[in-house]
Parts: sequence; C-alpha cells; structure tokens
Amino acid sequence: MKRLIKRYWTILRRPSTHLSLGFLTIGAFIAGILFWGGFNTAMEATNTEAFCTGCHEMRDNVYAELQNTIHFNNRSGVRALCSDCHVPHNWTDKMARKMAASKEVWGKIFGTIDTREKFEEHRLQLANNEWRRLKANNSLECRNCHQFESMDFTKQSKRAVNAHSTQLASGEKTCIDCHKGIAHQLPNMEGVR
Amino acid sequence: MTTMKNLTAILLLLLSPLLAQGQEFQDRMRGAVPLDQTTQPPQIANPDNSDVRRSRNYAMQPPVVPHKIEGYQIDKNANRCMMCHARTRTQESQAPMISVTHFMDRDGNFLAELSPRRYFCLQCHVPQANLTPLVNNRFVDVDTILNQPANQPGNPAPARKK
Repeated sequence: MKRLIKRYWTILRRPSTHLSLGFLTIGAFIAGILFWGGFNTAMEATNTEAFCTGCHEMRDNVYAELQNTIHFNNRSGVRALCSDCHVPHNWTDKMARKMAASKEVWGKIFGTIDTREKFEEHRLQLANNEWRRLKANNSLECRNCHQFESMDFTKQSKRAVNAHSTQLASGEKTCIDCHKGIAHQLPNMEGVR
Repeated sequence: MTTMKNLTAILLLLLSPLLAQGQEFQDRMRGAVPLDQTTQPPQIANPDNSDVRRSRNYAMQPPVVPHKIEGYQIDKNANRCMMCHARTRTQESQAPMISVTHFMDRDGNFLAELSPRRYFCLQCHVPQANLTPLVNNRFVDVDTILNQPANQPGNPAPARKK
C-alpha cells in the first residue's frame, strides 16, 4: 500500500516529458471552467421547483400548502420559489445549506416523512429548523426581497406600521418572529413563542 | 269562525301560485337571473383594514374585526388571532384582550386560557366590508328608542323607572 502511494507520488512529481506546458496550463484552465460550470449547473438544478417538488413529500405537503398563500398566488403574479426562502443566496452559506441538505436525502431514502401522518408528526421539528435558521441570519431570505429601507410606512396598515416602525426598526425582532406560517401551515403552536 | 278562517287560508295558499304569476319575484342575491341559470358571483369584497374600533350596536354584541384576516390559520394546530389577542400577547401587540367570558367554561368556571368552546373566533367576530346589504336592516339602537319623544303614533312610550 505504501509502495503504491509512493509510486503515484513520483509520477505526479515528475515533470511532463510529452505534453507542453502550454497544453497543460490551457487544458487545465478549460477543464476548470467545464468542471466548475458543470458543478454550478448541477447545483442550480437542485434549486429548481421541479427538483424540489420531484418527491411526493414536498409536492403533497409543503408545496400544496404554499399554493394558497400570498407567496404563490397574488394580484401581481410575483412569486417565490422554494429556493428563494430556503436556500441562502450567498455562496458559502449556500454550500453549507446544500451540505446540510444531505440529511434530507437520508430522510428521503429512509422515508422519514413519507406519509402524511409522519409529516404531521415532524411538522414542528421541520418548522423549528427553518425558524432557527431565519432567526440566526436575521431573516435574510425574507430581506432578499423585502427590504426594510424600501418599506413605505404611509402605505402600510396601522397595525403593520406599529410593529414595523418599532420592533423591526430597532432590530429587537426579525421578520420570522411575527410572520411564522406565512408560506406553510403552522405546526401545533403549543408552547411556541 | 275558526274553521272559516282556516278555509280561507287554505284557499289563499292554493291560489298563491296563480296570484304570484303576475308579479316578477326577484331574489336580492340572484338578481334578475332565472332560477335555472347560474348567476355571476359578486366580486370578492375588500375588507376594512382601518384598525378603527367600531361601536357596538348593543352591549352584548361581539366586537367586529376592524382589520384583514385573510389567510389567518385557525385550526387544531394554531390560532392566528390568539397570537395577538391572547392575554399574554396584548402588551406586545396592543390588541384588545379576549373578553373574560372567553375563559369560562359553560358552567361558569374560569379556565387558565381560552375556553375550547370559544376557540373559533370567526363564529362571532367577523371582518367588515363596505357593501350594500342584500336585506334591509331595520335595527334601531336601544338608545335611539329610549331617547325618542314619547306619544308618537305607533311608538308607545317605553317603560322607564321613575
């Protein structure tokens, strides 16, 4: 085993005798573009709604619930995709989220929520995951579209102004503190603050 | 005499379809659309969102909802109304607290929180929209009746304590 590693190490260390430096550098550059592009394309493909709703767990539960809400169905037709709220836009955060999503693949393979009953059982836990994430990043995924600086309080209702101009403005609260259940149904809220 | 009255009533009842044929009957909700055709449903109303509390028409009237409640979830899992109107949330939300009667069970015992029989808020509290009522309302506020000048024809003076 040690010999095998040593042999490949010597091959790797030895300068190339047949291929030119230009071929190697340019070839590596092109291969890099191809691999990086391919990787990104594949990752973006996992951000599409078709991918998310490809499994019945998502299609029949959370996606069905989304369709009745303002983030899917509204007067102007602007809508949010799954990834708009559930995948960070920033690259490192996105990578971290995608790695964390490997647990969701595990759940899919072993059928953690493959029936409606099991989904309902896990609803609070699933919701808690997202609430915790949004609380930790100051509702970043909300703010990707809903910018506080662009909110016109004169066009909001009195209730909204009261909440937004005080607790949101001071940073004491973040979007998700009040707007839980905005895009999916709430779990059993007993004991949830 | 009673039999005579009954007979007349039955006769009128039998004749009524013939009598009604002359005049066009219109349902306020259906309008002039014939019964065998589907009506065009009215536009969905835009509910009042002014947050101005309205006065109640009588003391026991459940207060109406002066804001939009579209998409509010009230089911086994969650009650969106109680996220602001519950006792523990009112300081933060500045919303009126649910009335004390809502903590009582039907035997009058006070419970720690909202009584299950009061759970579905929309059974009594409803949002308002600026619409023309389909049925005219002749409701008169009790104060209006009490302050009416006595001896008006058809309005006997209400019994008042001297």
